[in-house]
Amino acid sequence: MTAALLLIAVVILGAAAAAMLRRNLIHSALLLILSWAGVAAFYLWAGAEFVAFAQVLVYVGAISMVVLFAVLLTRQNHVGDLLVEPGTRARATTAVTVGACMAAVLSAAVMASRFPPPADHAPVTSVRLIGLQLMRQHGAALLIVGVILTVALLGATVLAATEGKPDPEDTP
Amino acid sequence: MNPAAQNHFLERAPLELRDWFVNFFPDPLQWLVHHLITIVAVLAIFGLFFAFTTVAERKLLARVQNRLGPNRAGLPKFSFLPWHLAHKLWGLTQPFADAVKAITKEDIVPAAADKALHFLAPVIVVAFSLMGFAVLPFGRQYLPVDLDAALLYFFAAGSATELAIFMAGWSSRNKYSLLSAMRALAQLISYELPLILSVVPIVLVTGTLSTRAIVLQQGFWHPGFVTLPHWFVFTPWGFAGFIIFLIAALAESNRSPFDLPEAESELIAGHLTEYSGFKYALFFMAEYFGLTALSGLGVTLFLGGWQAPFPLLEVVPSYLWFMGKLILMIVFFIWVRGTLLRLRIDQLTRLSWQFLVPLALLNVGNAAFWVLSAHWAGPLQLVRWALSLAIVIVPFVVMGRSLTAGYAPRTYRYAP
Repeated sequence: MTAALLLIAVVILGAAAAAMLRRNLIHSALLLILSWAGVAAFYLWAGAEFVAFAQVLVYVGAISMVVLFAVLLTRQNHVGDLLVEPGTRARATTAVTVGACMAAVLSAAVMASRFPPPADHAPVTSVRLIGLQLMRQHGAALLIVGVILTVALLGATVLAATEGKPDPEDTP
Repeated sequence: MNPAAQNHFLERAPLELRDWFVNFFPDPLQWLVHHLITIVAVLAIFGLFFAFTTVAERKLLARVQNRLGPNRAGLPKFSFLPWHLAHKLWGLTQPFADAVKAITKEDIVPAAADKALHFLAPVIVVAFSLMGFAVLPFGRQYLPVDLDAALLYFFAAGSATELAIFMAGWSSRNKYSLLSAMRALAQLISYELPLILSVVPIVLVTGTLSTRAIVLQQGFWHPGFVTLPHWFVFTPWGFAGFIIFLIAALAESNRSPFDLPEAESELIAGHLTEYSGFKYALFFMAEYFGLTALSGLGVTLFLGGWQAPFPLLEVVPSYLWFMGKLILMIVFFIWVRGTLLRLRIDQLTRLSWQFLVPLALLNVGNAAFWVLSAHWAGPLQLVRWALSLAIVIVPFVVMGRSLTAGYAPRTYRYAP
């Protein structure tokens, strides 16, 4: 079991590291997707089937497409547009500073968290139980999340919709 | 369900055969052999099913178009045999000849292509299209993997196809491949939504994501003195869901009339432009596996899975019922391919977003109404059916009318 966990960890971290090192953006995006798939494998390892399949469906199926489309549709960066030249000391210093701040905040958060002691036996869950929990106890939260996502979706549609004159060729 | 049918000899025969074979192995290996046999059986049966689907498709399409179809492939002449079968076997060995041809063809990879991704794309697409078969209940006791969240698993496995199509289009380093991969993705993403929404009513009514439990709930019911099949397609919401599912399944598996991604007669094979030989065959294979798996899901969810229509017919083993229904679905898809014309890309996306998605959403509400009115009895039962039917039919007619208003008759401005 531990060997499997180690393998999954190596895949997740290796894919993430490789994604940062690649020069090709599409390769980076695909490696990032591999890393997400590794997270799904970890959920499967931990016995959380439902979350694992949801992870694959949402991240590997949907968000991957958003990332890939974003990469393809974004204009290639011209070197002249950059505020700081790549490969200079100023850029490296900024990167290290930002990374260190981020690491500090994250590790502070991890240190400050109190984890409950592990249960003696793994809790028995089924999709039905998860559904009941979501719909009864956390029903309000679920509704609020749904409303926010719907508003975001409608906003995106409004932004994307262009009111051009219909092309006469399109109308029969 | 009567226990006699469960222990019927034919019903049990494949299981007995498997157990007999597994017993040859030492105890610690038995579970492995057990699973391997399941995998090999699924691969062998659906591999052959794929082969004969292609020949059935070619023959049926030929009949639709008043041709004969493939009828020349017989058996090869083996020199070590003293005799040769001259009969052509009605061309039934055609898929094996096709397979040999695909394997022996030269595999050409463009010089500028991204070699690794170009190789990985067909592998991923076949692997993930096969994964869907794991959760289909082929018979009363023939479910390869009994998952609690089987439906979610099925759609998760299917979602990787989009990634493979993107990889195929992008790695070919060809403008046409990339553009048509984008078109294919737009189509797949558009139709994923109605496909999943058409399945939600089933989950609402049955209260489970497990395919085994969903089939078990489609047994028989006894209104008065007759026994009828309780398949979900025979309820108003089930019927509407089934039609939406069929249309979305056609689009998801790139079948005519939604075969824009690789419209053979007008585009150059879309994202498969730079593929040749066996890799091309792999994409082709994945398309048929995907179609078969989706048809199997449709049979499981709407057509009662392995359930016989009447208790009397339970003498026929359950897996034969499943395969029979599956074959009917496939033949229906072939018939559609021979009949309908290809859509334009704007018509295709419009059909999904303006028509199928709203109807599917309404159908989810319809299923909720069905659950809430489950305790209605007597004459109220008729009211329940009428209301549910109205929720299906009225929006269909109203939206259909308003969306096609002003579209006919077609006038030609440039041609006399």
